[in-house]
Amino acid sequence: MDLSYTGEEEEFRARLREWLAAELPGLPPRPDPLDWPGRRAYDCGWQRRLHDAGYGHVHWDASPTRRLIFLEETERAGAPYVGANFVGLLHAGPTIAAEGTEEQRARWLGPVLRGDEVWCQGFSEPDAGSDLAGLRTRAVRDGDAYVVTGQKIWTSHAEVADWCELLVRTDPEAPRHRGISWLALPMDAPGVTVRPLRTLAGSAEFAELFLDEVRVPVGNRVGEENDGWRVTMVTLSFERGTAFVGEVVACRRLLGELARAARENGRWDDPALRRRLGGLAAGFQALWRLIQRNVSEAQATGGVPGVGGSVFKLHYSHARQELYDAAAEVLGPDALDLGREWNLDRLSSLSYTIAAGTSQIQRNIVAERILGLPKGR
Amino acid sequence: MDFRLSQDQTDLVRGVRELLAGRFGRDALRASVDSGALDRGLWKELGDAGFFALRLPEADGGVGLGLPEAVLVLEEAGRALLPGPLVATQRAAGTVPGAAEGLAVVTEVSSEGLIPWRDAADVVLGPAEGAVPMRSVDPLTPLHRVSGTLPAARPETVLLTAAEQVGTAAWCTDAAVAHARRREQFGRPIGAFQAVKHLCAGMLVRTELARAAVHAAAVTGDAAEIAGAKLLADDAAVANARDCLQVHGGMGFTWEADVHLHLKRAWVRAALVLPGARAAEEVAAAL
Ligand SMILES: Cc1cc2nc3c(=O)[nH]c(=O)nc-3n(C[C@H](O)[C@H](O)[C@H](O)COP(=O)(O)OP(=O)(O)OC[C@H]3O[C@@H](n4cnc5c(N)ncnc54)[C@H](O)[C@@H]3O)c2cc1C
Repeated sequence: MDLSYTGEEEEFRARLREWLAAELPGLPPRPDPLDWPGRRAYDCGWQRRLHDAGYGHVHWDASPTRRLIFLEETERAGAPYVGANFVGLLHAGPTIAAEGTEEQRARWLGPVLRGDEVWCQGFSEPDAGSDLAGLRTRAVRDGDAYVVTGQKIWTSHAEVADWCELLVRTDPEAPRHRGISWLALPMDAPGVTVRPLRTLAGSAEFAELFLDEVRVPVGNRVGEENDGWRVTMVTLSFERGTAFVGEVVACRRLLGELARAARENGRWDDPALRRRLGGLAAGFQALWRLIQRNVSEAQATGGVPGVGGSVFKLHYSHARQELYDAAAEVLGPDALDLGREWNLDRLSSLSYTIAAGTSQIQRNIVAERILGLPKGR
Repeated sequence: MDFRLSQDQTDLVRGVRELLAGRFGRDALRASVDSGALDRGLWKELGDAGFFALRLPEADGGVGLGLPEAVLVLEEAGRALLPGPLVATQRAAGTVPGAAEGLAVVTEVSSEGLIPWRDAADVVLGPAEGAVPMRSVDPLTPLHRVSGTLPAARPETVLLTAAEQVGTAAWCTDAAVAHARRREQFGRPIGAFQAVKHLCAGMLVRTELARAAVHAAAVTGDAAEIAGAKLLADDAAVANARDCLQVHGGMGFTWEADVHLHLKRAWVRAALVLPGARAAEEVAAAL
């Protein structure tokens, strides 16, 4: 139970802090959330700066503890997060690094690290969400290409992506998990249509992807044919306990801001509100400790945090929604004004219990894989 | 940073768990419930094993361990529902003669005006005059109540009580899961039903969160972090005991099943020091 950092880690933190302090004032203003090309340019520009300063691979090579420090410090300093580079840096990139050929790594990894190319994730389909293995988008081999036809949905930032990590069915006869392959789809290929979907927050964060006889070179397949399910799962736990580090730092800062605002507008006199904020603060403090434990486990085993991930996400996603409800209580009637801070975030937070595995699916995972309860519907 | 238990800490947990399983297993627990008395022989054995002298420096004849180890030991005590004023006697080791060795039973007046095990104790710390007995909800924690000026809650007492709550939360999770795998209805184990499965998953989440909070608070010793840990541990213990009771069905409502003993003890520990509203206020004050 040691919570102290080594001298080297503290040095890494100090150098990073110094660099952030020098770099952040030179950043361009944040783009409008509705301006996708602007957001892409901003996010890629930030990744380029990280790359040039030697922090470009931090998500890939650094030890879990250094990654924790990196995410903690960048969030504290108010630096941007991965944004449009989420899939490239945290999923497709690591998948290619782990499962790709020499040639594939050379082709795709550099541009992700330099912020030159953006990836999106084409997994979910209209009829395959939680039950992802039921996906039906077909890929039929024709010479040196796959001909892909089908539909994807909820594809985040598809509008500005260059590549899509696509799960397709290559063997409809095989058992569900064994007939799937992983393809890198160029988003400008003929037959790809992107139709933005408007979220309840008003902006277009994700899109529908229509694929009509799109030809994808066989060389764009990562891993063996029909082995795509395993290829994908290998990197699902890639973040090794550090997923949501920045978010928890941000939530703890928000709690401080809420307390300040409530003291100013008099709502702090309401004991129920104070206790509500106190309870949330205790929860986020504990979530931070849970991250430190998961990272310690990942660091020691070199592997998957296992137990930690689903347990963490279950509490975090609900706690963060409650946090914005508390923010609304602090704001009073101003909670209805989308021009005020926190209110758009409150809307966005409604996705946290759905995206990346719904809470119900997380509970199934905890119950079946950790507690060993029998499978069932 | 390595927030996992060290090898020594893991060994300590195993040792305490084995000791308690051997010396205070289910039969002994139920015998204590029936008699309602504190087993002085067991108390002495705990003393011999270093339970009370755990944090006393080695130079003073103690074991010389720290708050993190104490938290691990108290979690095991909580899991086993070990009765008696454990935290107060541990606190008294080194100052009250016999406490360290398990020869004396020491209790104290809590910040909420409660005195557990007053009649069984050799020494009562704090302003205990005029204490009146209560009909305690917990068959294994006799209680007295006093009013007047009360001592402030000591952060260590709060933390160690929270550690016992984590033990209860963990026991309830294990018991519910074991029952859900064994008990069959509609032709399958009830643990195959999501309504049951999801209760169990929620219990594990509460336990892990509270445990991370308690362990970290033991390392930092920070008062607000301790208050937060107590808040989460109280919630984990009480909510898990209720869910465990629910998973047991009619059996859960019997005197025979142990789950009510955990729920009642969890209520006692929650009310004894820094109860929920106070803990939440303390955390909020630090914001
Ligand atoms: C903001 C956002 C961004 C996203 N980005 C992407 C992306 O970039 N790429 C991508 O591929 N996907 C993305 N997704 C999709 C996301 O992964 C799915 O929405 C999610 O897996 C749930 O699938 P679904 O929407 O089809 O809901 P469904 O699976 O239809 O679920 C509906 C309800 O049924 C419940 N349910 C389903 N199965 C079970 C079960 N076995 N037991 C109990 N309850 C069950 C669910 O919990 C849920 O409450 C995104 C989603 C959101 C909200």
